[in-house]
Amino acid sequence: MMFENIPLNHILILTISMFFIGVYGFLTRKNLVTVLISVELMLNAVNINFVAFDKYLHPGTFEGHFFSLFVIAIAAAEAAVAIAIFFNLYRNIRSIDVESVDKMKY
Amino acid sequence: METYFFYFIAASMLVFSLLAVTSRRILRAAVYLLFSLAGTAAFYFMIDYFFLAAVQLIVYAGGIVVLIIFSILLTSHIADKLERPDMMKNAFSAVLVLGGIALTAFVLGNFADGAPSATNQLNMQIIGEKLMNYKENGYVLPFEVISILLLAAMVSAIVVAKRTKTKNDV
Repeated sequence: MMFENIPLNHILILTISMFFIGVYGFLTRKNLVTVLISVELMLNAVNINFVAFDKYLHPGTFEGHFFSLFVIAIAAAEAAVAIAIFFNLYRNIRSIDVESVDKMKY
Repeated sequence: METYFFYFIAASMLVFSLLAVTSRRILRAAVYLLFSLAGTAAFYFMIDYFFLAAVQLIVYAGGIVVLIIFSILLTSHIADKLERPDMMKNAFSAVLVLGGIALTAFVLGNFADGAPSATNQLNMQIIGEKLMNYKENGYVLPFEVISILLLAAMVSAIVVAKRTKTKNDV
């Protein structure tokens, strides 16, 4: 086992930094694709968190491992639907800026 | 040695994540995201979860990033730079994010650490048995629900992205 010298807190610091970097991108970006990139970063950070908790605090059950697998599958589905929506938007209003998509409202 | 490797991976993941959300060239942002996700896969390899690392590389790095790059190529002019976010929004977001990191790190500091366990090896047979098991600690129900979700997402993506007759068409 080559991981025993690394405390859990260091992994958690890494994941919360990555998560909040994603939040920063989500708040400041204007292009919808970059917003999607930020969301993927946040999901990825949460996945690392699940795996770290699984490895350090609940060994032997592999719950975090399987949860991460399902989160990855859901992220893939979400990205596919989101990008389909972007294509439709771009075809209709020729822009995928956050501020120009108020046509989706009714 | 492996400890230094972990800190190297962690630092590069943070740098690439930061570049992915701040780069003003959108295609580069996607490539930085790819590097960040590959670093995550390296982390999974280090922690001995080989199947998860492979899934991370295939689905995230192979699937989602390619999808994002295609959507960038189809919807943006990649020669243009993105406009800079305005100062107020930038400052407020930075304050919010730094405050969030500080608060979470402070809460984390008050808890004791666990130690990683070397006893449990996760091999492919255990993963398969757990995914197909309907008894205790089995994951067949989420597995089936995920399969339905993926089918629904596939159908809805096709339906939403399909070309329909609009008044913009010639």
